[in-house]
Amino acid sequence: MDYFKLKRQKKARYNLSIYLMIIIAYAIVMILSSQGKISSLLNGLLVPFCTYSILAVSLNLVVGISGELSLGHAGFMCVGAFTSAVFTRYMKFLGVEGLYLFIIAILIGAVTAGFAGLLIGIPVLRLKGDYLAIVTLAFGEIIKNIANAIYLGFDENGAHFSLKNTMALGLSDKGFVVIKGAQGITGTPHYSSFTAGVILLIIVVTIILNLVNSRTGRNIKALRDNLIAAESVGISATKYKLIAFTIASSMAGVAGVLYAHNLTTLTALPKNFGYNMSITILVFVVLGGMGRIRGSIIAAVILTLLPEMLRGLSDFRMLIYSIVLIVVMIFTSAPAMKQYMEVLKNRFPVIKNLKASVLKKMSKEGE
Amino acid sequence: MKENIMLSVKNLSIQFGGLHAVENFNLSIRENELYGLIGPNGAGKTTIFNLLTGVYKPTTGTIMLNGVNKINGKNTIEINKMGIARTFQNIRLFHKLTVHDNVKIALQNKYRYSTISGILRLPRYHRYEALMDEEAMALLKVFNLENDAMMKSANLPYGKQRKLEIARAIATNPKVLLLDEPAAGMNENETKELMNTIRLIRDKFNMTVLLIEHDMKLVKGICEELTVLNFGKVLAQGETNEVLKNKEVIKAYLGE
Amino acid sequence: MDFLTYFVNGLSLGSIYAIIALGYTMVYGIAKMLNFAHGDVLMIGSYITFVFMSQMGINPIISVLLAAICCTFIGVIIERIAYKPLRGANSLAVLITAIGVSYFLQNISLLIFGANTKSFKSIVTIPPLKLFDGQLMISSESIVTIALCIIIMLALTTFINKTKMGQAMLAVSEDRSASTLMGINVNGTIAMTFAIGSFLAAFAGVLLCSAYPTLTPTTGAMPGIKAFVAAVIGGIGSIPGAFIGGLILGVLENLSKAYISAQLSDAIVFSVLIIMLLVKPSGILGKSNIEKV
Repeated sequence: MDYFKLKRQKKARYNLSIYLMIIIAYAIVMILSSQGKISSLLNGLLVPFCTYSILAVSLNLVVGISGELSLGHAGFMCVGAFTSAVFTRYMKFLGVEGLYLFIIAILIGAVTAGFAGLLIGIPVLRLKGDYLAIVTLAFGEIIKNIANAIYLGFDENGAHFSLKNTMALGLSDKGFVVIKGAQGITGTPHYSSFTAGVILLIIVVTIILNLVNSRTGRNIKALRDNLIAAESVGISATKYKLIAFTIASSMAGVAGVLYAHNLTTLTALPKNFGYNMSITILVFVVLGGMGRIRGSIIAAVILTLLPEMLRGLSDFRMLIYSIVLIVVMIFTSAPAMKQYMEVLKNRFPVIKNLKASVLKKMSKEGE
Repeated sequence: MKENIMLSVKNLSIQFGGLHAVENFNLSIRENELYGLIGPNGAGKTTIFNLLTGVYKPTTGTIMLNGVNKINGKNTIEINKMGIARTFQNIRLFHKLTVHDNVKIALQNKYRYSTISGILRLPRYHRYEALMDEEAMALLKVFNLENDAMMKSANLPYGKQRKLEIARAIATNPKVLLLDEPAAGMNENETKELMNTIRLIRDKFNMTVLLIEHDMKLVKGICEELTVLNFGKVLAQGETNEVLKNKEVIKAYLGE
Repeated sequence: MDFLTYFVNGLSLGSIYAIIALGYTMVYGIAKMLNFAHGDVLMIGSYITFVFMSQMGINPIISVLLAAICCTFIGVIIERIAYKPLRGANSLAVLITAIGVSYFLQNISLLIFGANTKSFKSIVTIPPLKLFDGQLMISSESIVTIALCIIIMLALTTFINKTKMGQAMLAVSEDRSASTLMGINVNGTIAMTFAIGSFLAAFAGVLLCSAYPTLTPTTGAMPGIKAFVAAVIGGIGSIPGAFIGGLILGVLENLSKAYISAQLSDAIVFSVLIIMLLVKPSGILGKSNIEKV
């Protein structure tokens, strides 16, 4: 039974490295911040680091672990952001504030986004991958459009809802408009902090790591590797893909809550909840390595930091991302590229030896 | 030998467009029997496996497991739970996962625990994972794969991949095991070893085995009964030695 | 009469979707991939026409033809650089690459042409058609669009059924490896498919911008996605399917804009897709594939 011990140790070491990475980064930031050595630029990026890391890690569950492509991850984030912000903003109007409301808001965001994921996933996950990509993309755009079109207010008679304007809500004098169409929600309480973000990130990472190394996670990976074989050993494709998709959507909702409570004004723009955002998250996942949780976090942090450091390049950011997507895919997946590496390896014995040792190590591991 | 019929197929037919891939197929296999299904390429052998496991839905006919459970109309997952497991002609492993995990996945029906128990690492998770680890390892030992347990399954040599597929099918604890060309691509020694393994499985796990094979040595060596299929129809059926003497069969195999 | 106006406008929009959908459906049928960047080739075509026509003052028809030739090259180059190396790789990798290409085209246009909206001058100069004493007015753009769509559809069907190249395309879409054995140049056939699709995309782009005269780097994205939806509804891989799917989608979109809600029309269109996928995943004219085990 040495094998299991070895395997568990290896898993534990990998998991530990992720937690340590997060905690050490947190500690360094906290120490520097107490000495006032953190620039305001970096300070403003601390919560986004956590938001994007959560988004990247959760999308990795769908793309890397489950092998399906979702292009509407920002849409689920949008659901979480708006539902939770409606709750906290209305509570603030009623004069209720406090950090415990933030916890409730997180639950609201997670549940509503997860529910949206379930609703989209049930019809679509029965189909092949390309359709999922299109439908999730469409969903993301629809959510953004709806968020821009909605007027929502509350008074003593309950909730009022309209797609026209504030007047059409027909609120009483005591009423209060929470969502003002394209202007979104203003005056959201500022509950998010770096500490809250790190705690949420650790929770999300723990859930995903535990999931991946359990019966459910193995079934999800089995479906990714060979759907027909997985069904032949009794694994329901719809059920397990749906579980992965719903959990990932729900986590995107949590990221949305964190995002919404870090700003005073919440509006649905292409930049934050649109297709662009979904692609940006996909770039984090692809660059960090499919199925690699640690890689997703590192990629999310570096790619959030880099454009801010190199302001001059901001026009080129999305262009560079697109090239990164193409190049990484060709280098990692093209059959000819794999052969070329083979040739290279034969021509230069140094690489051959190096690669052989790496391969040996890898072949022993598996995933 | 017991006379209990484990798998019985009556009037099974399937059409793809205008093509009768399988026509009026009948079969009955006794419990604990080693049964062979042979025939030239394109005779419809794998199609029958696909019908038995619910990958295709038959146009007509009934399939009964153990005399009481109707199989046709059920999907692959339900059929597996009822007790039929299979291997594939073109190997289908979970290639990115370890050899050990491949078998462990197949144990998932036996050791069920919820997603929540997995995420929260409840006691059930620890208990069942330990049981699965041990049982998977025990199964790998039957196939001499225990030293490769931690290897990525895609990196296994071909013969071992075939064995792993059988091990994975057995892990679902089936009553009937369907093997699609288990000896394909194996050398003589490996085939001999495989024959012993198949007999061992049948005796040790008390299984009924139906296998498709082109290697006549293997068929002669282990199959107690045979069905020969040609162009979707049964050419001959019965005890192995009798069937192989049949003139029609010799004609179909060797030509005029 | 209102209804008829909306309906005809819907047919016109649907014709544009149909022309774009042709590119998707042919590439999907033959290369077995979703070319996400197809909608963006359309946008590039519109920009090129805009530059030739409005900035250089070249004759509209010649501008469009030049743009179509440019798009053909762009389509082939994209296939060559980004997709060809990935032939035989898993479909997720190909899809992500296609998204990368789509994104690349959008952002390169953003850098070259800027973010501000260009107002596109219609290339159609004939007067609108008035029926029922002027109660029903059909715009000249609609007439040209619908006519062009029918011509393209007939020409393409003839091409596929009557020419050697067309037959090669059919063969490759049925079975790529068998086609190679039969001596068909598979790479050439796939490149040809991209060439035709991109050539047509330029026309679709110009027609789209003539009817809705605003041009930005993301002009092609949404129509591209909707055209893919049209291809799926009609049955992916089928040319008449693309035509029918496009028309259905265009009419549906215009009617729901008019009678239900402008903002929710996209949502309605996509719900139709989801319902279609549930009821008949192979689409109206598509054939269902039996997966080999």
